Amino acid sequence: MEYFLTEQQKTIKSLARRVAEERILPVRAELDEKEEFPRAIIKDLAAADLFRVFIPAEYDGLGGGTLDLVLVVEELSRVCSGVAVSYAASGLGCFTLMDFGTEEQKKKYLPDIAAGKKLTAFALTESTAGSDASAIRTTAEKVSGGYVLNGTKQFITNGGEAELYTVIALTDKTKGARGASTFIVEKGTEGFTFGKKEKKMGIRSSATRELVFRNCFVPEANRIGKEGMGFIMTMKLLDRSRPGIGAQAVGLAQGALEAALEYAGTRVQFGHPLTALPVVQDMLAEMAIQVEAARLMVYAAARTADSGARSYTEESAMAKVFASDVAMKVTTDAVQICGGAGYMKDYPVEKMMRDAKITQIYEGSNQVLRNAVFFDLRKRKGQRA
Amino acid sequence: MNIIVCLKQVPGTTEVKIDPNTNTLVRQGVKGIINPLDTYALEEGVRLKERFGGEVTVISMGPPQAAEMLREAISLGADKAVLLSDSAFAGADTLATALTLAAAIKKLGACDMVICGRQTIDGDTGQVGPELAEMLEVAFVAYVSKVEEVANGLMRVRRMIEEGHEVIEASLPALITVVKEINVPRLPSLRGIAKSKGAVIPVWTARDLGIDPNAVGLAGSATRVVKVFTPQRVSKGEVLSGDLAAQVDTVVSKLKSAGLI
Ligand SMILES: Cc1cc2nc3c(=O)[nH]c(=O)nc-3n(C[C@H](O)[C@H](O)[C@H](O)COP(=O)(O)OP(=O)(O)OC[C@H]3O[C@@H](n4cnc5c(N)ncnc54)[C@H](O)[C@@H]3O)c2cc1C
Repeated sequence: MEYFLTEQQKTIKSLARRVAEERILPVRAELDEKEEFPRAIIKDLAAADLFRVFIPAEYDGLGGGTLDLVLVVEELSRVCSGVAVSYAASGLGCFTLMDFGTEEQKKKYLPDIAAGKKLTAFALTESTAGSDASAIRTTAEKVSGGYVLNGTKQFITNGGEAELYTVIALTDKTKGARGASTFIVEKGTEGFTFGKKEKKMGIRSSATRELVFRNCFVPEANRIGKEGMGFIMTMKLLDRSRPGIGAQAVGLAQGALEAALEYAGTRVQFGHPLTALPVVQDMLAEMAIQVEAARLMVYAAARTADSGARSYTEESAMAKVFASDVAMKVTTDAVQICGGAGYMKDYPVEKMMRDAKITQIYEGSNQVLRNAVFFDLRKRKGQRA
Repeated sequence: MNIIVCLKQVPGTTEVKIDPNTNTLVRQGVKGIINPLDTYALEEGVRLKERFGGEVTVISMGPPQAAEMLREAISLGADKAVLLSDSAFAGADTLATALTLAAAIKKLGACDMVICGRQTIDGDTGQVGPELAEMLEVAFVAYVSKVEEVANGLMRVRRMIEEGHEVIEASLPALITVVKEINVPRLPSLRGIAKSKGAVIPVWTARDLGIDPNAVGLAGSATRVVKVFTPQRVSKGEVLSGDLAAQVDTVVSKLKSAGLI
C-alpha cells in the first residue's frame, strides 16, 4: 500500500520500529508482568528525538504534526501498547499548550517536552465525570496572582511519572461546562500529590493514577487560554489526539496479525501447517483487510487534523472507533488462531488482546463517539461533498 | 577534548566468502555494518564529548562504500568523518592498516584520545589498536571497560583483565581499545540522521596522506594469509575413572605409549 509518507515520515517510522524491536521487545513481557513504568525506554525514545516529531521547529521540535505522532505510536504499539500510550499521552498533555498557549508559555515548556526531559499528562476524568466530562467537580478558585485548585482526578495516564499536567478545573461552578478552565500544574507544586495507582487488565506498563489537589496554588501565568474556555479547548484537543488512539489500535492489530501468521505457518496439525487450512487463510486475510482499512482511516484523520481543517470531530471519532473495534477483533482472532498457546502468557497475543480493550474505552468510549458521529452526520444530512 | 574513533566496516552477514586467490574476505555485494565492537568505541567517544566537550571525528580505511557507515556514525553522534580510500590500501594487514590510520590521525592534527574497538569480527586479531598507539607514540591501554576521569592532561581508566580489573592512569594523548562492557551504544536520533544526510565526508588517498603506496595495502603488509580454513573439531577428551592411583597409572601408560615420556 502506498501511504504517501514524506521521506522524513518514513525515517521516523523506521526509527520508531527499530527502537521498538531493539529496546522494547526484549522487556515487554516483564514490564507487563511487573506493571513497571518503562523509564529507560522513555529515555531511549527521547534520545532518538521521537518526542520532537510533533513539536514546532521554533521550540526545538522537528515541525511535524499529528501524522508524525501517529506513525511513532503505531510502531511502538506494534510491539507494546503500554509503552505506546505512555508516549502518546505526552502528546495529549501538550497539544492544548501548543495550540492555545502564549508565546511565553510555549517557550517555557515545549523545548523540554521536545527533548523528552519532561513527560506530560492530561487530566479531565474524575470519579463523577467520565463520559459526562461536564460533571467534573475540581475547582480553581481565583485568588491574588493565580488560582487555588481543589479536587481529585482519576485514571490519569502518566500520573506520577509526568512532570507537567494539563488540568481541567472549574473557575465558575455556576456555569457548568462553560465554567471550566485549563491549567498547567508542575509536579512538586505544593498541595499537588498522587493517589491510588491502578492495577489494570492491559497496557500494564503505563501508569494510571489519581491526582490529588489540596489548596494547590497555581500562578495565573499557568492558565492556558481564557477562563471558561476549558471545555472548548478540550474538545479540540481530543479531536486531535484520537487518531493517536487509532494508531495505538492499528499497531496492536498489526502486531497480532504478524504473530498469528507466524504461528499458523509453523504449527502443524493433521500433517499440515495451520496456514494450509482455508478457514485459517480466510481469517488471516480478513484480519489483514481490517488492519489496512483501519490504518488508512487513521492516517486520513491525522492528515485532516494537520490540514488546518476547522472541525474534524466526526473524522477523528470514526477513525478511533473503527480502529479500536478492529484491534479488539483482530487480537481476539489472533488468540483463536494460536489456540491454547495463544491463551498463554508465553505468547504475545495474550497480552495484545488484553491491551486492545482499552482502545474502545478511553478518549471517548466508542458508544459516546458513535453519538458524536451521528450528531455530525445529521448536521450534514448524510451528504459528502 | 578532541577524540578520534577508528571504525571498520565489516560484512553484515555471517556467510562471508573467501577469495581463493588472495585468501582475504570478499566484501563485494555484502551489506556492510560497523564492526560491532567499534560501536562501543564510537559510543564512548560521543559520551566523553558529552561529558567534557569537544569533538568526535570518525575515520575508516576501506572501500568507497564505507562512507555509508561513516554517515551512520554521524547519525549516532560523531561530528565529522573522513574516509581513507585508495586502491593502494587494498589487502592491508594490521601493520599496513595501522600505518594508514596513523598518517590520517597525524594529518587531522591535535587530538586528546584515539578510541578503537577491542577487535574486529572479521580479522579478529585485536592488533590494529596497539600498533597504532606505537606508531603515534602515545600511551596505550587495552580492554578498557570504564573511563573514570579525564583531567589535567591525564586519564584514569579501568581495564578488564582475566582476574578482575586494573585501574590505570596515563597521560594524554592516549589510545584505548574498549570492550563491550563499557557502555550500551545508543540508537540513531532523528536530528543525527538529518545531519548525516547532509554531511560531506572527505576521502583521503595515499597521496593526500603523503605516504608511499608501497608501504600500505598488500604491498606494505608484513604478513600474508596463506590459508583460511575451518579448524577441525577436536574430539572430546577421555574422562578417566577409578581411584587416584589407577588413574595416574593410566595417564603414565598413555603418555609412554604416545612416546611423550
Ligand atoms: C487506562 C485508562 C487511562 C485513562 N487515561 C486518562 C487520562 O490520561 N486522562 C483523563 O482525563 N482520563 C483518562 N481515562 C478516563 C477515560 O477517558 C474514561 O474512562 C472514559 O472516558 C469513560 O468514562 P468512564 O470510565 O467514567 O465510563 P462511563 O462514562 O461510566 O461509561 C460506562 C459505559 O456507559 C456508556 N455510556 C456512558 N454515557 C453514554 C452515552 N451518553 N451514550 C452511550 N453510552 C454511554 C459508555 O460507553 C460505557 O460503555 C483513562 C481511563 C483508563 C481506563
